[in-house]
Amino acid sequence: MLRFLIKRLALTVPTFLALMFVTFMMIRLVPGDPIEVRRGERGISPERLEQLRHEMGLDQPIWQQFLDYANGLAHGDFGVSIVSRTPILHEFLTLFPATIELTFFAMLIATAIGVPAGMMAAVKRGSIYDQTLMGVALTGYSMPIFWWGLILILVMSNTLHLTPVSGRVDLIKYFYPPVTGFALIDSLLSGQKGAFLDALHHLILPSIVLGTVPMAVIARMTRSSMLEVLEEDYVRTARAKGLSARRVIGLHALRNALIPVITSIGLQVGTLLAGAVLTETIFSWPGVGKWLIESISRRDYPALQGGIMLIAACVILVNLLVDLMYGLINPRIRHAK
Amino acid sequence: MPSDIAISSGAIAPPGPFRAFWNAFSENRGAVLGLAVVCVIVLIALLAPLLAPHDPFEQFKGATKLPPFWMDKADPRFILGTDAVGRDMLSRLMFGARVSLFIGLSVMVVSMLVGIALGLAAAWFGGIVDVAIIRVMDLIMAIPSLVLAILIIAIIGPSLANTIIAVTIVYLPRYVRLLRASALAELSKDYVTAAKVAGVGPFRLMTVTVLPNCLAPLIVQAALGVSDAILEAAGLGFLGLGAQPPVAEWGAMLANTRDLMLSHPWVMAFPGLCILTTVMAINLMGDGLRDALDPRLRKS
Repeated sequence: MLRFLIKRLALTVPTFLALMFVTFMMIRLVPGDPIEVRRGERGISPERLEQLRHEMGLDQPIWQQFLDYANGLAHGDFGVSIVSRTPILHEFLTLFPATIELTFFAMLIATAIGVPAGMMAAVKRGSIYDQTLMGVALTGYSMPIFWWGLILILVMSNTLHLTPVSGRVDLIKYFYPPVTGFALIDSLLSGQKGAFLDALHHLILPSIVLGTVPMAVIARMTRSSMLEVLEEDYVRTARAKGLSARRVIGLHALRNALIPVITSIGLQVGTLLAGAVLTETIFSWPGVGKWLIESISRRDYPALQGGIMLIAACVILVNLLVDLMYGLINPRIRHAK
Repeated sequence: MPSDIAISSGAIAPPGPFRAFWNAFSENRGAVLGLAVVCVIVLIALLAPLLAPHDPFEQFKGATKLPPFWMDKADPRFILGTDAVGRDMLSRLMFGARVSLFIGLSVMVVSMLVGIALGLAAAWFGGIVDVAIIRVMDLIMAIPSLVLAILIIAIIGPSLANTIIAVTIVYLPRYVRLLRASALAELSKDYVTAAKVAGVGPFRLMTVTVLPNCLAPLIVQAALGVSDAILEAAGLGFLGLGAQPPVAEWGAMLANTRDLMLSHPWVMAFPGLCILTTVMAINLMGDGLRDALDPRLRKS
């Protein structure tokens, strides 16, 4: 297991290095000199320009600049936002809990509905239930989620008045200090009556929107995995022993069918973060996705650079964890070459 | 498939490869429906200049934000109504089909060609070439698709052509990995060894001997890749990073109508429905293709 762990860890090192190189080059490739962007519309004296270049290390040879950049990253220095003048890591960490909260609930909804739906479709294979469920799954899988979000706002919020339109909590009614950054936890800690429910209320619609595509993927995956498992000998044995259908399907088949599903849930993190960009934009959700898009429109390239670096690092780490977990569950993966 | 099965289906000779494929494909009613819808959309896209009642860019003064025909105050000249600046919705949707299909197909063709080249190179050369190609693909896959596309657009600027470039790069790894895996599996087979012994050169070996045997999964991937590319491009368009105005792109049409969402919901409803229908039809067709071409997956 240790050898597998070391090998898998070693494989991520070149990916990280390449990622550093790409984000480093990116800021040099974008149109406009970083200093030009920084000094804005007012002109500045050539001496001041030279001084700024020196401060940012832009008068150094390019390899020296890359080493400085890598050194900074290793010390947690992801640069400073041009617009807010705060360190990017700090800005990212302030916003990241909102994104985690949203993606976590999206995944929760997707799993809680996707797995039973896929299971039911497999057990009742070919029936009208199967066809309906798979039709719905296909629709969800093909859904442009930015449009889906707008439609849901229109129906749920504006017509039926069931959910709030945007944001994480009603700021007029409730205010609490951000202790953890998670609205649900902070609202509970604040002890204000109704704050927790209000935060939950704000969370529902964005989570459904973001969870739609993963839900469809999970349902389809569970169905095909379940169909495969139902053909296995041990399921037939369990049936032959006279166990109830509920026990055979719920215990013997489902447990084995879920292994590939769990892996695919873990690997959906990248998809979720990409979807979070659109979902957060629609619902004005103050997370890292919306922040990235705003960084582009504000031409805040250091923020874009640091943000992409951090998001990619998260995805790499989660994929690594999924791999390790899979290796733990399934020795065949661990011992494969 | 043994030939005696074909006899039971009424044919005397075993069916040719296309016939066999069609038999398997048409078993799936959903797939045939998907194919039919795709054909209709392709026809609309091709014939848009003939079918569209108006110029998609012409702004009709005094005819802004008109509702579709079944609502009050509708103008019979504009069947699906008009947008915020008085352009005919139906015409713009028809021309939008051109843009979306063009993006989807270009991304598919380019990423397939580059993917085949890189995948075959990785499988044939192995060693450092293989490692380098696979590392780069891993890196691309580590960045969430839309985030990477945004990064690329930030560097090269938003436009229709750049959307195609960005989405192509995002979807390249799938093709490369698929091709490399199936080429590696084929390379260990006897017929490849026989070809090598017969003196076939490396280029001919990879393209003429090995490649045709890797095509089935590639075709499936290509079909599903078109729908993914259309969705991705629409997402970029929605964020204002795709095709720029006044191009009639479905995603961008949605973004421009967000302020009108509450007062004039239909302006937003139609482009989204078009994206959903197109993507769904292609996915239905792709599922059918997979079942027909890849018998290992046919179980479900």
